[in-house]
Amino acid sequence: MLLEFLKMPAWLVTLGGLAAAAGTVVGVFLGGFALLSLIERKTLARVQNRIGPNRAGPFGIFQPVADGIKMLTKEDIVPAKAEWLLHLLAPILIVVPSILALGVIPYGREWTPVPLELGLLLFFAVGSVTEVAIFMAGWSSGSKFPMLGAMRAISQLVSYEIPLVASALAVVMISGTLSLPEIVAQQGGWTFGFLPQWNIFSPWGLVGGIVFFIAAIAEANRTPFDLPEGESEIVAGHMTEYSGFKYALFFMGEYLGLFAVSGLFITLFLGGWQAPLPFLEFIPSWIWFFGKLAVLIFFFLWIRATYPRVRIDQLMRFAWLFLIPTSLLVTVAAGLWHVTGRGIVSWVVCLPVVAIPWVIAAVIFNRRLAPATRTYHFAE
Amino acid sequence: MNAELSDDDQLLRVSLGPQHPSTHGVFRMNVVLDGETVVSLKPVFGYLHRNHEKIAEGVTYLSSMPYTDRLDYICPLTNNWAYALTVEKLAGIEVPERAEYVRVILGELTRLINHTAFMGFILGDMGAWGSALMYAFREREKILDLFEDLTGARMMANFMRFGGLRNDLPPGWVEGVRKIVDEYPAFLDEMEKFLVGNEILLARTQDVGALPKETLINGGVTGPMLRAAGVNHDLRKADPYGIYDRFKFRIPLGERGDVYDRLMIRFLEMRESLDILHQALDGLPEGDFIHPKAKIRGFKPPVGEAYARIEGPKGELGFHLISDGKPNPYRYRVRPPSFINLTLLEDMCLGLDLADVVIILGSIDIVLGEVDR
Repeated sequence: MLLEFLKMPAWLVTLGGLAAAAGTVVGVFLGGFALLSLIERKTLARVQNRIGPNRAGPFGIFQPVADGIKMLTKEDIVPAKAEWLLHLLAPILIVVPSILALGVIPYGREWTPVPLELGLLLFFAVGSVTEVAIFMAGWSSGSKFPMLGAMRAISQLVSYEIPLVASALAVVMISGTLSLPEIVAQQGGWTFGFLPQWNIFSPWGLVGGIVFFIAAIAEANRTPFDLPEGESEIVAGHMTEYSGFKYALFFMGEYLGLFAVSGLFITLFLGGWQAPLPFLEFIPSWIWFFGKLAVLIFFFLWIRATYPRVRIDQLMRFAWLFLIPTSLLVTVAAGLWHVTGRGIVSWVVCLPVVAIPWVIAAVIFNRRLAPATRTYHFAE
Repeated sequence: MNAELSDDDQLLRVSLGPQHPSTHGVFRMNVVLDGETVVSLKPVFGYLHRNHEKIAEGVTYLSSMPYTDRLDYICPLTNNWAYALTVEKLAGIEVPERAEYVRVILGELTRLINHTAFMGFILGDMGAWGSALMYAFREREKILDLFEDLTGARMMANFMRFGGLRNDLPPGWVEGVRKIVDEYPAFLDEMEKFLVGNEILLARTQDVGALPKETLINGGVTGPMLRAAGVNHDLRKADPYGIYDRFKFRIPLGERGDVYDRLMIRFLEMRESLDILHQALDGLPEGDFIHPKAKIRGFKPPVGEAYARIEGPKGELGFHLISDGKPNPYRYRVRPPSFINLTLLEDMCLGLDLADVVIILGSIDIVLGEVDR
């Protein structure tokens, strides 16, 4: 019986392997979504001097279960003016690409669910489907706040996609491959025997990483770039007319997208599953990956708890006047880094390329353009 | 509003409210948007109308005192004060020294509460998701505890009486106030450090919602909003009531009158309030807390009319009473600062973004209980 089972054709084995990988990714990250929804509320609560959810189970650990049951049992309302098919498809189309994107990320040594040659390309290709889905949600609801949210989402996501891709391009230029496991493998090794050779520890990588991180916040619709769902302005943006489990799917898609974009940031700039110090290499590689993911996610939560939201014109100006030029400089610096042999000389050449334009810009423009505090006078 | 998107003008008609996360209650704005730019904005209010004035005309003077708590429910004690002051003016009642001092202390504590809560609310409007609000409410809670010790209620105080106060200070209360007053500057420093230097906050608030001084004066705007535009008008100095002429304090003035100035003026006012509190606590005399001849039951003021006003945390809060000698007023009228400051909303918002509308509304600092009455 067992032997017969093992004698199945090769394509079936491949398919079975992929199914197992897909099941693991979906299972792990849906669990992660449930956990994160609780951790986010707990973290925000701590920052804000509150306790946070603590009723369901010890320390509120069953809160996600309670939330899930609540969401599942709620009435599913479709507005009378909605395009019901698009209204139904939009939440699904938000979740599916995020799961697809999670499939190409290397979680550990030989631990990539789908080790594609063009993994990075697939990531960005499926990632842009989210924009269409958000617009579908906003337009099909037949309501005004979702429409405004969708318009904001389109302009924001398209603008921030450019620096995101451009800074990832620098990594591709250095690595010479679009395969994510290969990009991580190339970040292995140690300078002077103890410094990790991650991409972030280079002039172009540092600036590129910062640009990527900021663009990632915007792509994930997180504060201070959460304009598409800016609660105090347009209620819930594209999600306003959704209820019940469809609403939960939007949240799921958002958190999965957050996982995916953080995972990509770790893969491209933070050395993926590589250990930060040589003597720590005995710890399994996937622990390093998920450890870095946890730190990064906490960073997202921290920013959410502390910053107000920017306005739409400021958001666009920031993308087009700062992030996009910087990301182009990063690609130039990455090219120079490669040409000059990736050593001490490269530091001398690359650092000015990314630093000098912004020092000049800061000196010339910042005094004039940056908002300043004011002094006040008093009447007796 | 049930307007369609018409093809000819490409404008979007949105009804912000009455169910909207940041309209500070059941306020509604019918906004016409071109993209996200505001083309026209019509405020609609009255959703919280409770017939306050007509009810007050049907009951005795004292029975209206608890209703005044519910006008601006963030700061009930200043409402009490303004109403008591008007009735005292109408009937010519004297207020003992001690009661005057306690009234000043309560008034300035109320100002602290209001401005602190304002900081939290406006950051919430800016999308800071409750962090600033929780910090503000932590401090507000301490003062509300004091109010509870004194009046028995955290918010609905019902504490002032014609000719004084309802009861004397409980033991240890003055020390409690002193402790708050001593600790408050540290909180203000913390809050200022978090907020004032934040570049997003600066970019969001500066040059947003400013109006010329003349427009503000013509619109009857009072309070921090007017002073943020640089008009030196504070009733504590301009038309001193109670014993405010005995205290030394300064009036902070802004220049441009935008949302940032309004926010900063409130910060500075809180520091001045702390100064007044120090002086009032030091000068607090012993004595009666209510005039011995003050009549609680069967109170009938002589025929006449009176208007008295105080500098409430939000602006000029006035009551106008006409008496025909009966136990209930013939006419009872409130001049609510929130409502009158709100009337210029459209002028402030035209040509700006939808996101600006929300923070401008927040910077006016309205409480719907007072707007709709």
